[in-house]
Amino acid sequence: MPFACIFVPNFPVTAAFRAEPELRAQAVAIFEGKPPLEKIFAVNENAGRVGIAPGMTKAQAELCSELRLRPRSFLQESSAHAALLDCAQSFSPCVEDAAVNTAILDLAGMESLFGTLPEIAHALFHCAAGLGLDVNVGVASNPDAAVLAARGFPGVTVVPPGKEAESLGSLAVEVLFPQKQEGQQKEAAHLLETLARWGVRDLRALAALPEVALSERLGQEGLRWQQLARGAAARTLVPVEAPAVFEEAMELEFPIVLLEPLAFLLNRLLDQICARLAARALNTQELRLTLGLQNLTGSDPQSDTVGIPSESDAAEVAGKTQFANQYFVSGREGKFCRTLRLPLPMLDAKLFLKLLQLDLNAHPPGAPITKLHLIAEPARPRSAQGGLFLPPSPEPEKLELTLARIAGLVGEARVGSLELLDTHRAEGFRMRRFMPGAAQENRAQAASGPAKEKSAVAALRMFRPPLRAAVTWENGELTHVTCARKKEVQGSVLWKAGPWRSSGDWWEREAWALDEWDIAVQNAEEVALYRLVHDLLGGGWFVEGTYD
Amino acid sequence: MSSAVFSTSAAYGRPFVFDGEEVVECLQPTGAELFGEGRPAQRVISAVSFGALKDSRLAGVTLASRLGVRPAPEMVSSGIAALDAYTGGLPRGCLTEICGPASSGRTTVLLSALAAATRRGECCAVVDAGDTLDPQSVVDAGVELDRLLWVRCGENSSQKLLRAGSNPEKKNFVKSESSSEQPLEQLLRAADLLLESGGFGMIALDLGDLPPQTARRIPLTTWFRFRRAVEHTPTVLLAVERQSIAGSCSSLLIKLGQGIPQHSQFASPTHAQLLTDLEITAEIARSRMERKPVGSAAVTFASKTAWAG
Repeated sequence: MPFACIFVPNFPVTAAFRAEPELRAQAVAIFEGKPPLEKIFAVNENAGRVGIAPGMTKAQAELCSELRLRPRSFLQESSAHAALLDCAQSFSPCVEDAAVNTAILDLAGMESLFGTLPEIAHALFHCAAGLGLDVNVGVASNPDAAVLAARGFPGVTVVPPGKEAESLGSLAVEVLFPQKQEGQQKEAAHLLETLARWGVRDLRALAALPEVALSERLGQEGLRWQQLARGAAARTLVPVEAPAVFEEAMELEFPIVLLEPLAFLLNRLLDQICARLAARALNTQELRLTLGLQNLTGSDPQSDTVGIPSESDAAEVAGKTQFANQYFVSGREGKFCRTLRLPLPMLDAKLFLKLLQLDLNAHPPGAPITKLHLIAEPARPRSAQGGLFLPPSPEPEKLELTLARIAGLVGEARVGSLELLDTHRAEGFRMRRFMPGAAQENRAQAASGPAKEKSAVAALRMFRPPLRAAVTWENGELTHVTCARKKEVQGSVLWKAGPWRSSGDWWEREAWALDEWDIAVQNAEEVALYRLVHDLLGGGWFVEGTYD
Repeated sequence: MSSAVFSTSAAYGRPFVFDGEEVVECLQPTGAELFGEGRPAQRVISAVSFGALKDSRLAGVTLASRLGVRPAPEMVSSGIAALDAYTGGLPRGCLTEICGPASSGRTTVLLSALAAATRRGECCAVVDAGDTLDPQSVVDAGVELDRLLWVRCGENSSQKLLRAGSNPEKKNFVKSESSSEQPLEQLLRAADLLLESGGFGMIALDLGDLPPQTARRIPLTTWFRFRRAVEHTPTVLLAVERQSIAGSCSSLLIKLGQGIPQHSQFASPTHAQLLTDLEITAEIARSRMERKPVGSAAVTFASKTAWAG
C-alpha cells in the first residue's frame, strides 16, 4: 500500500511567504518573543547567506540592512497548516495530521483516479504550490519511509517498493528527529551525540548495526529507530477529520489608509481561500472580514474612544443592525468587522473582492488598518437543474454585484423586495433581500395550473413623507385643499367620500388613529383623485397619495 | 459620375444575389458599353455563395437574405385584456412609454403589467424616482413580491441628516433643485446597472412624480443607450412619466387620459359615497409595431378599487 508525505521545510518562513509572496526573493527572518528580548526564530536561505541564524537577537539582525524582519504569526501558521491539510484531502480521504508541517496520505486506490505514483507526487507538489506552500513530497510503501524521504530529499521523491533502505541510506541520522518540544529535543540531542560517538552519521550505518547490541545499549527505542532507518517500520495511519475552517490572515508591516492597497491584499487572501475551498469541492455563503485598526492617538485606549463606542455599546448596536459592524477597543487597537452574506453558495474570488470593495466604500473603517483576517463559512455547492423553457432570471453572481452597486447608490435599506407586515399602520412594510431563486423554488412547490388573470386594480401613488395640507370647511363640507409643498395639489374639492376611521397599536407608544377621505380636486389644469388623511392624535391634515 | 457607380449591382444590370444561385461575374465595363449598346461581357462562375467569392468588386454587396429585416418583437400581456386587445401587448426588447397626468391610470397599468410578468415567472424591477410605490397596491394588483425588486431613489436617511443638519422639521420641507436631480441621477444609474445585469423580464422606470422640466433633462442619448441595451433581450423596458420624453427611442407610446370616478349622486352624504372604480382612457400615440389599432383611436377600460370587490 503506498503512502505519500507532504512536508513543509522551514514552516514559519513558508507561512509568512503565503501572505507576502514578494518576500521570497529577499532575505527574511522571523522573530518571536517579548520586546526587547525578541530572538530570531527562523530564517530563509537568503538570510542565511548574509549571516543571519536562528537564536540571534532582533537587535543583532537589524544591523543587516537588506534583511526583512517579520513577527511570528500563529494565525498565518494555522492557515498554512489548514492549507496543507486541504491539499492532502483533495487527493485522499485518509490523511494523518502528523505535525504542523507534515501530512501523510494513504494512496491506496488513488492510482486509478490520479495516475501513477510519480504523477500523484507531482500533482501534490503542484497543488501545494498553488496554495502558496513550498513543500517536499515523498512516496513510499510505508508512512514512516515516506516521511523520511520527504524530510530528507528536496522536491519530489518516489521510493521504489523494497528499496527503502537503499534509497534512504544516504540521509543523515538527524532526519529521524524532527523539531519537537523542549524535553524531547534534549533526549534527541543525547541520542544524536551517542550515535556520533559511535561514528554513525547516516541511516545506512544505523541500519547496519547489530540489533541485539543496539537494543542492549539504546533499548527498544533504538530498535525502533533502526527499523525506521531501514524503511521497514510498518504502522497504520491515524486519520484526522480536519475541521472545515477556512481562514486567512495577514499582519501588515505598515498601516494602510487607502482602500485600493487594501483591495490588493484582500484579493490575495480571497484567492487563497477560494483555492482551499475548491480543493475540498466546497463553496461559501458567508465571508467575515475583521480589520485590525490602529489606535491613532496612542493614548490609553480605555479612556479614548476616538469615536468608537465601548464594547457594550458595540454589542447593542450589532444586535440591532443587520450587518455585523462591530467596533470595540481591545488593547492597543480596535477591530472593524464586516460580514458578507450571499444568497447562494458561490466561489468567485473576483466577485467577492468586488462586493467587499463596495461594502468598504459604503462603510469605511475610519482608521489605519494593521491586520486583516478573513474567514469563509464553507457550504455545499448549489445544484440547479436548468431548463430550456424556463422564464429568464438574473444570474446570482451578477445580481449580487448589481444589488451591491445599487445599494451603494441609494442606500442598503432602499433596495430589495417588499414584505408586508401584519398591521394596518401606514407604511406597514419592510424591505428585505431580493432573492428570486427562493421565489422559483416556492413556485415549484405551489399548486400547478395557470394563474387566473386579475382585472385591473386602481393603484395609489404615495407621497413620502405625506404632504401637509390645509383644508377649508364650509357648512360642514370640505371645500378646498391646499398643499404648500406641491403646487398641483390644491384646488376645490369636487367630490369626496369618507371618512373611514382606522386606528391601532393603542397599547403601544406608537398608537395611531386616522380618518381617511377620498377626494377629487380640481386645480388649474386637471382633476385628480387624492387620499386625504386626518391624524386624530396629532391633529394635522395630510395628503397621503394620489389614485393613479 | 463617380467610379463607385460602376461597381454596384444596379450599374451592372444585375439583380440582388440570393444564396444558392449562380453568381455572374461582370468584367469592368467601358464607357462605350455603359452609355452605348450592349451589355458588359459576362463570365458565369459556379460559386453558390458570397463566402466563396474572391472578387473584391462584390465585397460590398449584401445578400438579400441578410438584409436588415428585423423580426417583429414578441408581445407580452400587460395584464389588462382591453389594453392588450388594443395595443397587442407590450413588446419585448423595446422601450415602451406610458404617459399621462395625475390620476390617469399610469400606476394601475404599471402594476398590472408587473403582476402579469411575475405571474409568468419572470423577475421584475421597478426603479422608483419619487419613492411613490404603495406596497398595498402592489399586493392588490397581484404582483408576486418575491419576484419584484424595488429601487427607491431619493436621499437616504444619512444623506438627509447631513443635508438638513439636526433640524428634523427642516429635512421634510427643504426642496431644492439638487433634491429633485439626485433621484434622477440615481434612477439613470440604477437603470444602467439593471440593464447591464440582464435576466429581468420587465424593468420599469417610474418618473411619474418628477417635475416635467426635470424629466426632460434626460438626454436622448441616454434613452437611445437604454434602447440598445434592451434590444435583442427578452426584457420589457417601461417608462412611466407625465409627458413623453424619450422621443423616437420608444417603440410604443401609450397616452392615458384622466380617469373619472364613477361616483354616485353628489347629493348623497359623503359617508355613503365610495370610490369603486377609475375609468382609464388609453391612446396609442406612437407605435413601431406592425399591428395598428383597428377601429377607434382610443380604448377605455375600468379599474376597480381593491375594496370594491
